[in-house]
Amino acid sequence: MTEGNLFVKDKDVVVPGEVLASGMSYLPGNGTYRIHDNIMANRLGLLVIDGKVLKSLPLAGRYLPKVYDIVIGKVIDILMSGWRLEINSPYSAVLPLKDASFAYIPKGADLTKYFELEDYVVSKITNVTSQNLVDVTCKGPGLFKLRGGRIIHVNTHKVPRIIGKKGSMVSMIKRATDCKIIVGQNGTAWISGEPEMEVITVNAIKMIEEQSHTSGLTDKVKDYLEKATGRKIEFIAEVAEIGEEVRPEGSDARNENYTE
Amino acid sequence: MSKYTKRENGRGFNETRPIEAKAGVIKKADGSAYFRIGKTTAYAAVYGPREMHPKHMQDPKTGRLRCNYNMMPFSAEERVRPGPSRRSKEISMVTEKAILPVVNLVDYPNAVVDVFIELTETDAGSRCAGICAASIALADAGITMKDMVAAVSCGVVDHQILVDIDGPEEHLHDLDVADIPVAMVPSTEEITLLQMDGKVTKEELLKAIENVKPVLKHIAEIQRKALKDRYK
Repeated sequence: MTEGNLFVKDKDVVVPGEVLASGMSYLPGNGTYRIHDNIMANRLGLLVIDGKVLKSLPLAGRYLPKVYDIVIGKVIDILMSGWRLEINSPYSAVLPLKDASFAYIPKGADLTKYFELEDYVVSKITNVTSQNLVDVTCKGPGLFKLRGGRIIHVNTHKVPRIIGKKGSMVSMIKRATDCKIIVGQNGTAWISGEPEMEVITVNAIKMIEEQSHTSGLTDKVKDYLEKATGRKIEFIAEVAEIGEEVRPEGSDARNENYTE
Repeated sequence: MSKYTKRENGRGFNETRPIEAKAGVIKKADGSAYFRIGKTTAYAAVYGPREMHPKHMQDPKTGRLRCNYNMMPFSAEERVRPGPSRRSKEISMVTEKAILPVVNLVDYPNAVVDVFIELTETDAGSRCAGICAASIALADAGITMKDMVAAVSCGVVDHQILVDIDGPEEHLHDLDVADIPVAMVPSTEEITLLQMDGKVTKEELLKAIENVKPVLKHIAEIQRKALKDRYK
């Protein structure tokens, strides 16, 4: 076995075709591949060195639907037996009649009574096929039609950073601005509160999105929120490390992010 | 012995014009880039993966790449008539074929990645500048690619091989001039674009390809630096 050389550091930004390491002592993970003796990156991402494995977490790209993800969709079409939702992805999702509401929807009912075109819906992905046909449900805790507020779009790969470890970042913004915030995994976010506070929330989220690959972000956001709202935030959030998977896992973490 | 012993622009025979590259220049696009080599400027914008229309062009096995090369009306000496022409359609096609070997779109069946290349200023080598810009923009859009694609056109002026032929050199009419655009995947040295226009011998062509390889590797480094600078 040849001696391995590492050419990059943890949390470096890597680009396609960049040689990350040589020799057989490292292994390629997600976003990297082996060619001859070298390990190369095959997408733009943030490098994570996990023991011997080199992987790159994507920094850009569209949302690819995944089962159990909570997404915010916009009704773009009304079908014979459901609704078509636009989920900020190359593929649209279908909300079937039986998964739309706990109430009984009689045959031949006017579907616009439940969801009208251009309504926004918080929904959960129930199934994704090999051809990326997507089914969603609106039955469950924290899944409902959105009323009022505003919608913003963020980079889907920055969503974990916006939510923070166990929802620390988003709950800090919620406390500071008294806004209701729902962030879908697809990068569509809903904000509702006092108009001035909504603006501050949008700015804070944009700030996280732009600086997501830097460290000490929680403090920067805290400073901004204190300055903008003129209130002191006594709550100290747990600092999420960059590159760490901070997707909300399990229903408990989910509910914390998605309910008020 | 070649009559072309010294380049009119004072460059060395294996020297390119000054190159400038930048990623993320168009806010609304999913990925974008700017690439300038001498007086040739290309902008590339990538949209997608997104739903493919017209529907009959969808491929259920993989996502597709669709490139569009366009010269702005004011980009050349003479006004370029807007809209697709025989030339721009051909260049769109070769650009697509030059980039396709590096991109991986199997995760996006029935979808399309659209690449729009706009040239605001041209002085020879515009298809190569377009390919360079497009490959930065695709990486910027987060598309999986095994490597960048670097491209430059080399030339043969009266049996003298030179790299990055410019407008005035291309129009030298008292000498035999050949223009050879080349695109390459730097890591595997795979040639993905090779066109030829003019008088060249087989030996000269092979020599030109050899000469251009280190230059293309250098261009790939510039492309990668442009992407990294975006996240500084």
